[in-house]
Amino acid sequence: MPKYHINVKPAPPRFLPPGKYVLIDREEGCLGCKYCVKKLCPYGVYNKREFDSIQLRDTIDYYCRNCLYCVEACPGGTITLMVNPTYLEIGDSYWKPEIITKIWRQAETGMISVSGAGYRGPFAGSGFDDMWTDMSEIVRPTRDGIHGREYISTDIEIGRKLSYLAFDAQGKLASSTPPLIEIPIPMLFSLPGWGKWGKPVLLSMAKAAKTLNTLFIIPLAQFTKELHPYIDNLGIYIDSLEELSALPKDVKIIEIPYNLSQNFQVIKTSHPQTIVMIKIPLSPEAKQRSLTLTKNGAEVFHFSADDHGLEFAEKPRFIKDIIKDIHLSLVDEGTRDEVTVLVSGGIAMAEHVAKTTICGADGVILDQVLMVALECRLCKDCLQGIPCPIDIENIEPDWGAQRLINLMNAWRDQLLEVLGAMGMRDVRRLRGEMGRAIFYKDVLNEAFASIKRK
Amino acid sequence: MGSWPPEVKGTTSRFKRPLGKYKIIKRANCNNCGLCVKLCPCGVYKFIGKKVMPLREYRCIGFSCEGSEHYCVAQCPEKALMVIKNPTIEALGDYRWTSDLILSTWYQAETGNPPDYMEYKIGNSGGGFDRLRFSFEFENQNFSLKEDVSTTIDLNRRNDGRPQVTISVPWYGGGMSFGSVSLTTMLARAKACMEWNTFTCTGEGGYPEALIPYKDHVITQVATGLFGVREETIKRARIVEFKYAQGAKPGLGGHLLGDKVTPDVARMRESVPGISLFSPFPFHSVYSVEDHKKHVDWIKEINPKALISVKVSTPVDVDMVAIGSYYAGAHIIHLDGSYGGTGAAPDIAKKNIAMPIELAIPKVHRFLLEEGVRDEMVIIASGGIRTAYDIAKAIALGADGVVIGTAELVALECTRCGNCERGRGCPRGIATTDMELSSMVELEWATQRISNLFHSWYLQLIDILRRLGMHSITELVGKTDCLFYIDKWSENG
Repeated sequence: MPKYHINVKPAPPRFLPPGKYVLIDREEGCLGCKYCVKKLCPYGVYNKREFDSIQLRDTIDYYCRNCLYCVEACPGGTITLMVNPTYLEIGDSYWKPEIITKIWRQAETGMISVSGAGYRGPFAGSGFDDMWTDMSEIVRPTRDGIHGREYISTDIEIGRKLSYLAFDAQGKLASSTPPLIEIPIPMLFSLPGWGKWGKPVLLSMAKAAKTLNTLFIIPLAQFTKELHPYIDNLGIYIDSLEELSALPKDVKIIEIPYNLSQNFQVIKTSHPQTIVMIKIPLSPEAKQRSLTLTKNGAEVFHFSADDHGLEFAEKPRFIKDIIKDIHLSLVDEGTRDEVTVLVSGGIAMAEHVAKTTICGADGVILDQVLMVALECRLCKDCLQGIPCPIDIENIEPDWGAQRLINLMNAWRDQLLEVLGAMGMRDVRRLRGEMGRAIFYKDVLNEAFASIKRK
Repeated sequence: MGSWPPEVKGTTSRFKRPLGKYKIIKRANCNNCGLCVKLCPCGVYKFIGKKVMPLREYRCIGFSCEGSEHYCVAQCPEKALMVIKNPTIEALGDYRWTSDLILSTWYQAETGNPPDYMEYKIGNSGGGFDRLRFSFEFENQNFSLKEDVSTTIDLNRRNDGRPQVTISVPWYGGGMSFGSVSLTTMLARAKACMEWNTFTCTGEGGYPEALIPYKDHVITQVATGLFGVREETIKRARIVEFKYAQGAKPGLGGHLLGDKVTPDVARMRESVPGISLFSPFPFHSVYSVEDHKKHVDWIKEINPKALISVKVSTPVDVDMVAIGSYYAGAHIIHLDGSYGGTGAAPDIAKKNIAMPIELAIPKVHRFLLEEGVRDEMVIIASGGIRTAYDIAKAIALGADGVVIGTAELVALECTRCGNCERGRGCPRGIATTDMELSSMVELEWATQRISNLFHSWYLQLIDILRRLGMHSITELVGKTDCLFYIDKWSENG
């Protein structure tokens, strides 16, 4: 198989992302030095700065790298750097400003974020932040940088797999092999459960899915003729059996809600060569449902949590913990390898893909993060009928597709970093490898066992 | 070595307006009477000619002064003074290195003593060192005399006929390569470490000749890229460090991005200027613990006097790695935890790959104890050691000593802006080989700042040991009963 490669091209933002800090310059107190510190800025931001009269914003805060050189060096002490309140307002408690601006940066450049100095965040946290992935010091295949000569595969297969093959008396294959799709990245696209997106957004996603050779799941109601050229990379979601007849002929994946799952065989009979994916909202019942459905021949599950990765329950668990539970139950039943498990909800960073996989998923379905890549600020004003502040309905589809492609390249590269550090050469080997992860509570209790607690 | 401990020399900031927690606003109605100059115990105000200026406002202790007799704002006859919180402080620091930790490190680098109006012991990360505290149960007993407390540690405990190497403080400097930092930074670290009878490390970018006068205090590194590794550099060193992995980017080799590969750096590394260097991972010559032994033997053969340190990061099986290094013949197992500093690393690796050092130390310490070899191995911990208290806690968790890095750079007024890897490098001239930028740091000044920080740490360690009723830092190793862990977040605990 040829090496998979994603072509990155810069896709600059249409709207200036708010800087984390704002530079404030008091004119009074200026001593009129001959060699003003502003001329000495190592990044030349004072020379590059412009005023954007449409957005009423100075570009200086976008260029400023927050080194505080000018603040400390100005003899008059006229320059101050302050936290930007607009920055703090982006997103919410889960989709934090740092996450959103990082997604923007990756969608713009396609590059993974590299920085100097150490890690800056909390020691550990909840959700995805209560685990670390493993690495291996010596015993592992070598590699030369992450794009080295030895190829690390991120392919996954979607569909039902047989545990064994049956043969008839003549030695002919008696089992019928279900349809299977192989995609080169363990990430599929879909739309968030909220918002008004418009055709250019759908086209961007379809184009990106096609270029990347992954799949974009779209509700039938949103499927239009313009999307037909991308049919090989589309999955279509239907709400009722009636919609079955309205499906385009060559669709590769049909997604159905859980309440249609009793009609699974009916759908398979009419569409034997189409993969049928069952969407199950993550709830305390999800595990039992998936066990039963697997016994009855289910092919692919799409487990969905809410946008913060939480279960739909009174005391919600976090997505990776529920997936762990479901994965291990399927393993106990001996049926885990027969079905494909895809999950969605709260996947906001590349590390979330790796961690979800370690906890037992085959791949993830991305939704909200794709909108953020298209510059969405998650203000959700559209739900109130207020016009979108970034006019997302009218984006240029090629630009939008490139932003998504860039993001996927950055994420895939980060996945390669994680796999490489563990000495793995295939993302499929990462699935369910909980022994190659460090869970905060376990390791804390072990390491600090002899220490008094207060 | 001169007098002990080395002398403190006040070394102020190189900037005109060093950052402080507070800002002083002097209104136009000030009549320059000079009362504030006389009153302020922190020396904030100075006369410039006949004019009073808050020249050292960064030393202002702010509102905690309120109510005292020397509170300038209340005492000013003209009511011309105002103290406000410096808004820039919110743009400084992060969870691990809070603005208080950065400012207090600057304070220590300036004065050689810990500050009494800032948090200088812990950060705000909500875990690990930041939730561990010492329980000073011996507080009421007789303290040992300061002069009787030893901070010395031995680095060779194998009894293998190789020389003993003793350092006077339980820390040494981590590998920072020529290229990732400037020659001035390297020299300043080496000079300060010589004064304190400890070590610095060349990192993986070769051994600049300017370091030779300090060779007895310089560890040289053999890393996966083998940059600048020569027979004579190995022969020169008292300790040779194998870098298998680095905590900030476990499972990845060193990164030096193109712009920082200046002609000088390229010459030293025998590479091409302007081309990014990514060291491979892992050692292409090591695939097993037997290969690892062969590696160690190779260096031992070339330099029969050198001690061998093996630097690894902190995977799930870090305890097995440590015992492997013991059997390979290493003297030091150097554990580099995941939250440590770096010249450049992918953010995903810094945050997510391998465990923080606080969790790895006890694991390795206990395992080597159980295996009965703990007494023969020296455990050195690094990766997020920021303060004297972090050092003491790491030792109480089971390390013999620590390696530091970022703290030395912060002493040189690094703000941890994180731009070390891009373009010409550090905007403050520390982590750069750009001629213009690196000229911003002066060698004497930098050496003294690092030495002053060490002085403050030394005082604090002595203080901690005395309060624990101990006479030597070696008594603290693995004494987890001196520690308690705050399960719930407590602001002042």
